[in-house]
Amino acid sequence: MTGLSLYALTGAVLVGFGIYGLLAKRHLLRRVIAFNLIGSGLFVFFGASAARGETVDPVPQALIITGIVVALSASALAVGLIVAKARVSGRALLPEEDDDA
Amino acid sequence: MTLLLDAVLCVLLLGTALAAVLGRGVFRAIVFFIVYGLLLSVGWVRLEAVNVALAEAAIGAGLTGILLLTTYGKLTRVSAEAEPDDAGVNLPVALVSVAVAGALAWAWSVLPEPTRPRAELAEALPRAGVENPVTAVLLSFRAWDTLLESVVLLAALIGLWLLGRDEDWQQRLGVPQHARPGGIMTSFGRVLPPVGFLVGVYLVFIGADEPGGAFQGGTVLAAVGLVAALAGLIQPPRIGQWQWHAGLVLGPLVFLLAGVAGALSDSGFLGYPEAIAGTAILVIEAALAASIAVTLAFLVIGPPEKGHRE
Repeated sequence: MTGLSLYALTGAVLVGFGIYGLLAKRHLLRRVIAFNLIGSGLFVFFGASAARGETVDPVPQALIITGIVVALSASALAVGLIVAKARVSGRALLPEEDDDA
Repeated sequence: MTLLLDAVLCVLLLGTALAAVLGRGVFRAIVFFIVYGLLLSVGWVRLEAVNVALAEAAIGAGLTGILLLTTYGKLTRVSAEAEPDDAGVNLPVALVSVAVAGALAWAWSVLPEPTRPRAELAEALPRAGVENPVTAVLLSFRAWDTLLESVVLLAALIGLWLLGRDEDWQQRLGVPQHARPGGIMTSFGRVLPPVGFLVGVYLVFIGADEPGGAFQGGTVLAAVGLVAALAGLIQPPRIGQWQWHAGLVLGPLVFLLAGVAGALSDSGFLGYPEAIAGTAILVIEAALAASIAVTLAFLVIGPPEKGHRE
């Protein structure tokens, strides 16, 4: 197994971890972290595919940088919504998943 | 030997990611996620993507880390940081995760070999005006993506500001920070910004030819402002100040005007005449970096809140 396959498989497993966290964990901040893990895992997978062959392909790298920046702005909006939700209800959980509500 | 290094790095990445998903308590999850981001930037160097490594360290680990930690602080104030008990394994979700990860692994095994050499790129690169191929892609070949991305940042900021409470609208941005005079944070707040400012400007400038660029440099500049604000050395601005509005739109505006100028000459929209391509890209990058710095800092610091000292 080459180093690149190692990173690609790591990326695949990271996506798996992220999906588990996004669906199985209820605290919304934890879900934002999990969502970032999914994106990050896909970037690693994509980046490993860009590094195959003799020279590295710069196009995927540029797209990954764009992706990292967009992920941050989406996360900032998401945590803004979480804080607003928590101030109204006192809980950072979705109402239909909140056992104590 | 290098394979061993890669293997250890991948195990550490998976370990910290798993701790961020399953570890007890949201605070611990955030800390592990920051460590994960720093490890991943080492991974990007191993994947020969130094430009991405800089972006990951600055944005993925740095700014996202501050964002998550300040959010945790805000949630603690309304005691919403506690997590319900999700300790048991959710079997259906675990199966879905394994299936998606397995499908990706399978996709990797059947991915076709890339066609070499990429003749079009090799032929176009000398005419782009910059040596760094990633910068050439971002600012020239796929400039549309980058232009729209800078608008996405603005849209996210407007969305975030709309979440501010009506009675706080006239207040300064973010929660008020109180740092002990002479404490660690205040000292850091004085030492780091000058160094960070230099590094940020250098990254923007060198990005034309070496790893770096508007996003990495702009993020470092945003971090400089955030450190100074967290140390209580500068007061964050208010929403209504026109100078900051100008800072927010400067980058997208210069980018757009350069694109229109290209369309009016015969280079086409977002194309630059070969003779001035290098200069044009540097000017756009400088304006973009300034706007990225302001936008990212505002995104991380959050909507206006009451309680600031005047």
